[in-house]
Amino acid sequence: MGHKMSRMYLPLAAVAAAALALSACGGGAGGGGESGGGGGGDAAANLDGRGPITYVQGKDNSGVVRPLIEKWNAAHPDEKVTFKEQSDNADQQHDDLVKNFQAKNADYDVASVDVIWTAEFAARGWLQPLTDTMKVSTDGMLPATVKTGTYNEVLYTLPQTSDGGILYYRKDLVPTPPKTWDEMMGMCSIAKDKGIDCYAGQLAQYEGLTVNVAEAINSQGGEIIGKDGKPTVNSPEAKAGLGNLVKAYKDGNIPKQALTYQEEQGRQSFEDGKLLFLRNWPYVYNLAKTDGSSTVKDTFGIAPLPGKDGPGASSLGGHNLGVSVYSKNKATAKDFVEFMTSKESEKFYATQGSLAPVLGALYDDAELVKQLPYLPVLKTSIENAVPRPVTPFYPAVTQAIQQNSFAALQGSKTVDQALTDMESAISTAVSK
Amino acid sequence: MSTHLDPAVKGGKAPDNKEVGADRKEKTQGRLAALLITPTIVVLAIVIAYPVIDAIIMSLQQDEGLDPATGTFVAGGFAGFANYIHWLFQQCTGPGGVEVSCPPGTLGAQFWSATGVTFFFTVVTVFFETILGFWMAVIMARAFRGRSVLRAAVLVPWAIPTAVTAKLWFFIFAFDGIANTLFNTSILWTGSEGPARAAIIIADIWKTTPFMALLILAGLQMIPSDIYEAAKVDGASTWQRFRMITLPLVKPALMVAILFRVLDAMRMYDLPAIMTGGANGTTTLSILVVNQIRIGFNSAAALSTITFLIIFIVAFIFVRFLGANAVESASGGAKGKLK
Repeated sequence: MGHKMSRMYLPLAAVAAAALALSACGGGAGGGGESGGGGGGDAAANLDGRGPITYVQGKDNSGVVRPLIEKWNAAHPDEKVTFKEQSDNADQQHDDLVKNFQAKNADYDVASVDVIWTAEFAARGWLQPLTDTMKVSTDGMLPATVKTGTYNEVLYTLPQTSDGGILYYRKDLVPTPPKTWDEMMGMCSIAKDKGIDCYAGQLAQYEGLTVNVAEAINSQGGEIIGKDGKPTVNSPEAKAGLGNLVKAYKDGNIPKQALTYQEEQGRQSFEDGKLLFLRNWPYVYNLAKTDGSSTVKDTFGIAPLPGKDGPGASSLGGHNLGVSVYSKNKATAKDFVEFMTSKESEKFYATQGSLAPVLGALYDDAELVKQLPYLPVLKTSIENAVPRPVTPFYPAVTQAIQQNSFAALQGSKTVDQALTDMESAISTAVSK
Repeated sequence: MSTHLDPAVKGGKAPDNKEVGADRKEKTQGRLAALLITPTIVVLAIVIAYPVIDAIIMSLQQDEGLDPATGTFVAGGFAGFANYIHWLFQQCTGPGGVEVSCPPGTLGAQFWSATGVTFFFTVVTVFFETILGFWMAVIMARAFRGRSVLRAAVLVPWAIPTAVTAKLWFFIFAFDGIANTLFNTSILWTGSEGPARAAIIIADIWKTTPFMALLILAGLQMIPSDIYEAAKVDGASTWQRFRMITLPLVKPALMVAILFRVLDAMRMYDLPAIMTGGANGTTTLSILVVNQIRIGFNSAAALSTITFLIIFIVAFIFVRFLGANAVESASGGAKGKLK
């Protein structure tokens, strides 16, 4: 009887194991195989096609997309745009775009592309190069933002909104904000006297760490990936950059809990008055001014990130607009992309959704600055910004940066070792 | 359990008590049975066999590579077992196509550590869940006022979606979260290896012990109370009753519960993904697979096939060796006492 029993269980176990393993690989199936290189033929087709199109973007949290589309639809009754709203999560948006582009879905005409995805999508041949008949103007756009849309010297996506890091500081404790990293470290004694923490950014092991490490390295004149797509991170400049973070952590200028901070934990600590300097995105400004629990409403100021001898090199956030090569109505798509990045639309993003514009002129618009007082500082930040590495292997590259720099921060690796490992990890990632 | 097995038992014993025409009857019955289960087999083939085979075929292809001349991706072509070698021997393709051992910071360098982490989580969580689950089940099996309230309360953690559980514990284990405030400590729960693993284990035990308790409770309730009464009359102590009656009789249910939990724990994804993002030595095989999907499908297919095989082997060992023994002694014991 015992043997009977075990035979009954065996298929059950097999099925259970199979089902469990499958649920782990479900996302991957259906991909691969396909040649990504293609696109040549698709990129030449339907260039003058006009008609209804679909615009794909992540969840429209600030409510700016629908009003704009309504405006467009009213003016273009024959070329109506349908809004396809994705989820709130960046990874899910990425995977959704990958799935639909792989399926050559003609319904994904215009897509909002995170600045770090352009190279990957372009290299897979999914994005229409914005050249020749598809050429769009980038006049007046901040150069760093245009770089995020450029792969192999060809523009594939047009900047829509931007974002840059800024330094929040306590102006009641520090009358003039530090211009350089060393100056800021020198001010940490003030924090010590007050019994608060000195500096924090986003140093938990996730995408935020890549942003912060890239800023530290770029600010010292280092570079993570060179023009030829090969890693150049094992350099004295990069060593100085990562070394700054590691030393500050070792000295206690960066509190030990900062290794678990993402954006929100740092903001919380700053608003509680427990932090002297905070590197964060512009969204913190309004919250720190208006949050009921904020204790620094009138006592905080903002400044560009501190660098080597002047403003530091911020990493860039934000989204660009790309046209799918599989779109049937590319002429309409091109017009729509231009409409969505026009001066009026950009201004609407800023006033309505506090989304940073990509047009330099808007940062000097007195009316806009009155509403968003951080704009001048943000402009300096974006003007000095260096995009995160533009590479089709970004997901692997960011892993290499995160894991090795986190090990260096924790002290389980020296800065030298971390950069050597980072360099070889990136070079295996990009030599596929 | 035993009612389920009746047909099998009958079939197995058929040759011993032969009746006229029994063989033929069995044959036609067998044909009818085959016919009746065909739809099930077809469905299983579509939802299980097809994706598994597809994943295996994918895993034998190379990931797309970049054509340096055009800067676009081109299909990688047939790879043989290169993807498997990549994971199992941690070999990466370096610059110029040279095979090097995967440098730290690549996913390839994490295969064995992720396997170790997965097994570590599995063994530790299942161990504690079994003990705590048993304890909870014994309490829930007793008759007392408010038993139904207790049963409902115990189920709450299991009813909460894992993603929500993970977020809850993420906040509890934040630096200025409840855990540190309560114990007046300043541990970086999600910032270094030991505490990060402990945090995930605690969250997993909190969440899944009720499941274990419920399965064991079902096993406990199948034990007839007259056995206990008889044992009491014979003067058996509480400990003896537990060891000689409860334990052997609940063993089949217990083994199934452990098997389920082991398989479940081996694909653990959501808790570490949300609480630590896989940082600080908490990258499990499932997290590695998901990260790899974003980098290259074909290597990911190879990795999930390897994961599948690992889980399959564990399940096989369980059923073939541990499960079989458990079933034998339990049913033998039960029969002996019941009749």
